Amino acid sequence: MKEEKHVLSLLVDNEPGVLSRIAGLFSGRGYNIESLCVAETMEAGVSRVTIVTKANEPLVEQIKKQLNKLVNVIKVHELTGNAFVNREMLLIKVFAKPEHRAEILRIVDIFRCKVVDVGKEHYTIEVTGDEGKMAAILSLLKPIGIKEIARTGAIALFREPK
Amino acid sequence: MKLTGAKILMEVLKDEGVDTIFGFPGGAVIDIYDELARTDIRHVLVRHEQGAVHAADGYARAGSRVGVCLVTSGPGATNTVTGIASAYLDSIPIVVFTGQVPTQLIGNDAFQEVDIVGITRPCTKHNFLVQRTEDLGRVVKEAFFIARSGRPGPVLVDLPKNVMNTATDFKMPGEVSLRSYNPTYNPNAKQLKRVVDLIIEADRPMIFAGGGVILSKGSKELTEFARKIQAPVTTSLMGLGAFPGSDPLWLGMIGMHGTYQANLCTGQCDLMVSIGVRFDDRVTGKTDTFASQAKIVHIDIDPTSIRKNVPVTIPVVGDCKSALEHLNTLLDETDLGNLKKKRKPWLDQIVEWKSTTPLDYKQDDQTIKPQYVVEKLFEVSKGEAIITTEVGQNQMWAAQYYHFEKPNHFITSGGLGCMGFGLPAAIGAQAACPDRLVVDIAGDGSLQMNIQEMTTAVQHGLPVKVVLLNNGYLGMVRQWQELFYDRRYSSTCLDCAPDFVKLAEAYGAVGLRAERPEDVVPVLKEGLFSPHMVIMDFRVTKEESVYPMVPAGAPITEMLLV
Repeated sequence: MKEEKHVLSLLVDNEPGVLSRIAGLFSGRGYNIESLCVAETMEAGVSRVTIVTKANEPLVEQIKKQLNKLVNVIKVHELTGNAFVNREMLLIKVFAKPEHRAEILRIVDIFRCKVVDVGKEHYTIEVTGDEGKMAAILSLLKPIGIKEIARTGAIALFREPK
Repeated sequence: MKLTGAKILMEVLKDEGVDTIFGFPGGAVIDIYDELARTDIRHVLVRHEQGAVHAADGYARAGSRVGVCLVTSGPGATNTVTGIASAYLDSIPIVVFTGQVPTQLIGNDAFQEVDIVGITRPCTKHNFLVQRTEDLGRVVKEAFFIARSGRPGPVLVDLPKNVMNTATDFKMPGEVSLRSYNPTYNPNAKQLKRVVDLIIEADRPMIFAGGGVILSKGSKELTEFARKIQAPVTTSLMGLGAFPGSDPLWLGMIGMHGTYQANLCTGQCDLMVSIGVRFDDRVTGKTDTFASQAKIVHIDIDPTSIRKNVPVTIPVVGDCKSALEHLNTLLDETDLGNLKKKRKPWLDQIVEWKSTTPLDYKQDDQTIKPQYVVEKLFEVSKGEAIITTEVGQNQMWAAQYYHFEKPNHFITSGGLGCMGFGLPAAIGAQAACPDRLVVDIAGDGSLQMNIQEMTTAVQHGLPVKVVLLNNGYLGMVRQWQELFYDRRYSSTCLDCAPDFVKLAEAYGAVGLRAERPEDVVPVLKEGLFSPHMVIMDFRVTKEESVYPMVPAGAPITEMLLV
């Protein structure tokens, strides 16, 4: 059966050890984690965890059930298969020699991202978007020279009815 | 009024109805032991913390309540891990209290500090580190609630020393309600209706029940259900006793060492109603070929058990007993036609399998066959003993030849397969049921893994009986070596062994020995009815094997027979 990416959104108790329970479940049962993001929600004591995993259909069912079984997990939603907005954030430190600066700024403009730090020989660019956009800008900046990148996993929410 | 953490713990334990704790003291729990001595709670002092957990496990199963352990930090805590893992895989409700270094020392590699919450995260249903005395009462209440509800399991509560000797205002917490934990007890009525439809359609149905039926106290309902639909019943190892072993619909156990007819039924049935099972690999063999002609109904309280190992036609999430009650009511309201007539060819087929290939061994007049000992044990104890087992051949012969009539009478480490389980589990069962005959069916390998607990039994007046099938081998591994490794007996011969009769005497117990077939019954009669703890050392045939046997990974219908 075909393995596909699935975006799971969990509401969990904001307690010490909860992340370790989730990560331990994935490693102990041999499930895959592509990315994982955790932060507090508007409700005190509750955090949201967004996990991107790669699995076939029966396995993703099992993953959801196993997550639900954890005592600290309040709710598990699968976003994949529904309408949802999905964003990642990427910081790219790119080599900015004088002859390349104009081109870098043009790319920044086209991708509607921001230069958030300017050094003697580097620009740091902030990009938000989905995975495709990240891949596209990285491939355009790579020939110019990327010093390093830092990148979040996906965060996502359901779309509301129009 | 202000109470110390230790005192609060005692108050909550009393509120939970705890009357017995299995444990071993140490520096981090000295305040708790000080309070414990001032209560009416009985403390059974084990000689190794692993024994405490197995004893709590046996206590929980024989007495249908939550077993409780108390151990110190560091090595006390790590020694419980095997017992916790065994209880986890068998879904047994226990609460394990571990001492911990004071909160200000946590993370400093302090003396006898381990991160036991981290270590046991994957083998507990849930665990807690109590950070403040104010939280203690609520946490302990939650621990008991989680351990016994839904699919039961072990819960560990880690208790830092300063939390236990600090005093705070205490009021008994009310009923526990956890937002993120709501097991589904009531099965979906529509799904159950579909199950009834399948039952009516089926020509060759069978029922496969497991430990979940025993945990939900649904044996009576299961028996009623099977008789109503006239379907033969098999169980997993964990399910033995859920259905009466004397009933004509009883097939015997399924699986690697299941009976011929039970395993063949799985290949031939057109409907398998499975209840409170998890389709372990020792049950299914090769999963691709398992019950390949059948539609499978799977009833279980734990949704993760369903569709984990085998595809299922109708999943039903819910408590086994409630589901069976619902099904029985639905069946009463349904016209089933002449089921007896409809099922006759199928049931006749099973009778034929049973009669051509029953469980078998040949007792000669020279050496004692281990199967013979278990058969005679069944007769002499009138089938009424609570049986615990070690792990290996002894366990399988116990499962095959002691025909369990009632639930909660067979206590074994099923999922983990943990050697050294039987003796401490028997001690726990005896503590829960002081008036009952409790017998550990043991092998000479396993028994030596927790032999120190004989002292516990003698000290606390828990007169458990050990029926030792002594073959001088790690018999199950030896059997695999015989069958699949060309008889190369690598490290399985236990030719250097203690004299178990003298050992029993040294521990203050009674030791008896049988070396010839004619000794078996007299030794059983003397040993089982003694008021003391007894080891009965049966010198059995050295190279006897357990049959039928399905090689690991083969289809479950392809058995090696005697």
